[in-house]
Amino acid sequence: MALPKYTETRYRIWHYFYIAICTFVFIFLIAPLFVIFPLSFNAEEFLVFSEGMKNLDPDAFSLRWYKDMVYGTKNPWGLAAKNSFIIAIFATLGSVILGTVAALGLSSRHMPFKGIIMATLISPMIVPLIISGVAIFFFMAKAGLAATHAGIVLAHIILGTPFVVITVTATLSGFDHSVTRAAASLGSNPVNTFMKVTLPLILPGVISGGLFAFVTSFDEVVVVLFLAGLENTTIPIQMWTGLREQLSPTILAVATCLIILSTLILISAELLRRRSERLRGINR
Amino acid sequence: MSSETKQILTTDGIPLEISLRKAERKNKIKAFLLVSPLLLFLLITYIFPIGEMFTRSIDDKMITNMLPKTFKSMETWDGKELPPEEVFASFLSDFKILVDKKEHGKLAQRLNKEKNGFSSTVKKLFRQVKRNKIDESKNIKEQIMKVHKRWRDVEYWRAIKRTAPPYTSAKYLKAIDMYLNEDNKITQVSEDRRIHRILWLRTVEVAFFVTVFCFLMGYPIAHLLATLPMKYSNLLMICVLLPFWTSLLVRTASWMILLQQQGVVNDFFVMIGLVADDNRPEMMYNKVGTYVAMTQILLPFMVLPLYSVMKTISPSLMRAGKSLGGTPFVAFWKVYFPLTIPGIGAGCLLVFILAIGYYITPALVGGSSGTLISNRIAYHMKTTLDWSFASAMGLMLLGGVLVIYWLYNKLVGVDNIKLG
Repeated sequence: MALPKYTETRYRIWHYFYIAICTFVFIFLIAPLFVIFPLSFNAEEFLVFSEGMKNLDPDAFSLRWYKDMVYGTKNPWGLAAKNSFIIAIFATLGSVILGTVAALGLSSRHMPFKGIIMATLISPMIVPLIISGVAIFFFMAKAGLAATHAGIVLAHIILGTPFVVITVTATLSGFDHSVTRAAASLGSNPVNTFMKVTLPLILPGVISGGLFAFVTSFDEVVVVLFLAGLENTTIPIQMWTGLREQLSPTILAVATCLIILSTLILISAELLRRRSERLRGINR
Repeated sequence: MSSETKQILTTDGIPLEISLRKAERKNKIKAFLLVSPLLLFLLITYIFPIGEMFTRSIDDKMITNMLPKTFKSMETWDGKELPPEEVFASFLSDFKILVDKKEHGKLAQRLNKEKNGFSSTVKKLFRQVKRNKIDESKNIKEQIMKVHKRWRDVEYWRAIKRTAPPYTSAKYLKAIDMYLNEDNKITQVSEDRRIHRILWLRTVEVAFFVTVFCFLMGYPIAHLLATLPMKYSNLLMICVLLPFWTSLLVRTASWMILLQQQGVVNDFFVMIGLVADDNRPEMMYNKVGTYVAMTQILLPFMVLPLYSVMKTISPSLMRAGKSLGGTPFVAFWKVYFPLTIPGIGAGCLLVFILAIGYYITPALVGGSSGTLISNRIAYHMKTTLDWSFASAMGLMLLGGVLVIYWLYNKLVGVDNIKLG
C-alpha cells in the first residue's frame, strides 16, 4: 500500500502506525503456533529453549518426544487418536447427511415456518457449549449411551450439523433451480436428479461444511468430558488432562501433528471455497 | 354479458387453481419432509433435554413423595405451635415406610439442606424406630419429642412443612447467593459464602473485555485484509485462518509455553530491557493470561465477519468522501465506519457468546482467577453430582445469551453469520 506523494506528514505517520498495529496483530495470531514446532524437537525435558537450541547445536534437537508419543509406556495417545478419528469420521458423515438433506428443504421457497426451524437447527451453534454439554449428557444418560462411542458420535452430530446447514444453504442460495427442472423434464426421478445434477454442483459447500463438522468433532472437549469413559478417551481429553497435570514435551509433539493436520484442512477448505465460488459464478 | 369468466382447466379437467394449490401443498410437504429428520433428531436429543434441564432445576418431588401423609395432615396446621398428634402419627408412618425401603438417609440429607441439624435428629429417630421403641398405641407425639430435643422445636417442623411443594426455586436463588429464610423471605447468604455472584461478574467481565480486545485488534487487520490487493491479502488471510482451524487446546498449550516465567515473552522483555532477569513478571495463572490467550483464540471469529462485510464496501465511497472535502479521518468515521456496523455486531456477538461459555482456556491459564461460571457448572455436573443446581445455572446462562441475542436482533438485525 504505497502512499501518494502528496500525503501530509501526519497521515503518513498514522499510516505507518496502522501498518505497525496490523503487523503486531498478525504476529500475535500466528506466532504462538510456531513456538511449538522447535520445542517439540527439544532433547531435554524442559519446555524452554535450551542454550544448545539457541546456538542451533544439532545435539540439542531430537525426535525423543515423537518416539514417546508413538511407543511410550502406558501410551494413551494411540487409543486417543484412534477414537478421535473414528468418532470424527462417523460424526462428519452423520452431520453431512442430515445437514445437507435439511438444507435442501430449507432453501425451498415452499418451506413453512422457515425462520423458527432454521433457528432450531442452528441452535447448537448459538447455545454456549457447556449448556449443550449438560443437555446432551442428560439425554445420553437416559438413553444409556453415556460412555459409549455411539453417544459421543451422536453428540458431535448435534454440534456439527449447524455448520453443514449453514454452508450448504449458502451454496444453494446461488443455485439455479432451472437445472433440476430441466433434469426432471428430461425424465429423471428426484433421487437421480439430486445425485447427478444437484450434488455435484453443491459438493464444495457440502465438503466444506463437512470439514467444519470434522474439526468441531476432532477438537471438541467440553461435551466429551461429560460423556467419555476411560475407553472413549480422545485426543482433546488427553491434552486437557496432560495440560492440567504437567505440560510435557510429548504434548508438544502431539500439538505439532495437530497443527500439520489443521494446515492440511485449511488448504483443502481454501481450495474448496475457491472452486465453490467459481461454480457459483462469483468473480472478484 | 355476465361477469362470470370461464374457468381455466388443466388437461385432466381439474380447474387450474385447485391443481396449482395441490402442487403447492405437495411442495410444502416435500420441503418439510426433507427437514424433518434433522429437526426430529435435534428435538429429541437436544431441545427436549434443554427443557428437561428446567424441570430438573425446579424439581423437588423426591421429598413430596417420601412424606405424603405428613404433608396431607400438615395442611391444616398453622405452624405457630407444635403440630398436633395427627401430624406426628402420619410422620411416623411415612418414616417407617422409608426405613423399610432404606431411604431415611436421603430424607435426612434433604431436610438437612433445608435446615441444619436434621441429620442427627433423623438418625436418632431412625435408631428408635429400628429398635421398635415407639409404641403406636400410646401418644406418638410425646414419644417422638422425647427422642431428640429438636423434635420439640417448632422451627424444625416448619422446615419440614416448607419442603412440601413439589417445586422449588432454591437452586436459582442459590446461584445468586440467596435463599428463602424461615419466613419465606428471600435473603442473602452470609458474606463469606457469596461465591456465585463473583463468578457471574467475572464471567461477564472476561467475556466483555475479550470482546473489546478482539474488536480493537480485529478491526484494523480486517480493514487491511479487505483493502489490500488479493495477492497479498490471501497470504495474510492464512494468519487468520490457520489459528481458526487449529485445535483450541494446541493454542492454549502454546500460550502456556509463551507466558511462563522462563518463556519466550519474558525472555523478550528481558532482552529489550523492559524487566530485570531476576524479576520476571508472572503472566500466567492470572487474568493477564486469560485475556491474552482468549483474545488470540477468539480473534478469528471477529475478523471473519468484519472482513466479509468490509469486502463489500466499495473503495470509491471513501474517495468520494475525501473529494467532498472530508479529511481521511472524517471520511472514515462518517462513511466507512457506519457501513461496517453489521460486521461489528456479528463479530462482537459471536465472540461474546463464545467467550461467555468458555472455560477450558481460563481454567488452564487463568489460575484461581480462571474459574468462571461454566467451570462451576462442569464441577457440579461431574464432582458434586448436584445436577439440578448445574441445570439451574446453565439455564440462567442460556437466558443471558438469549437476551443478548434478542438485543442484537433489535439493534442490528440477524443476518447470516458468515463463516469465512
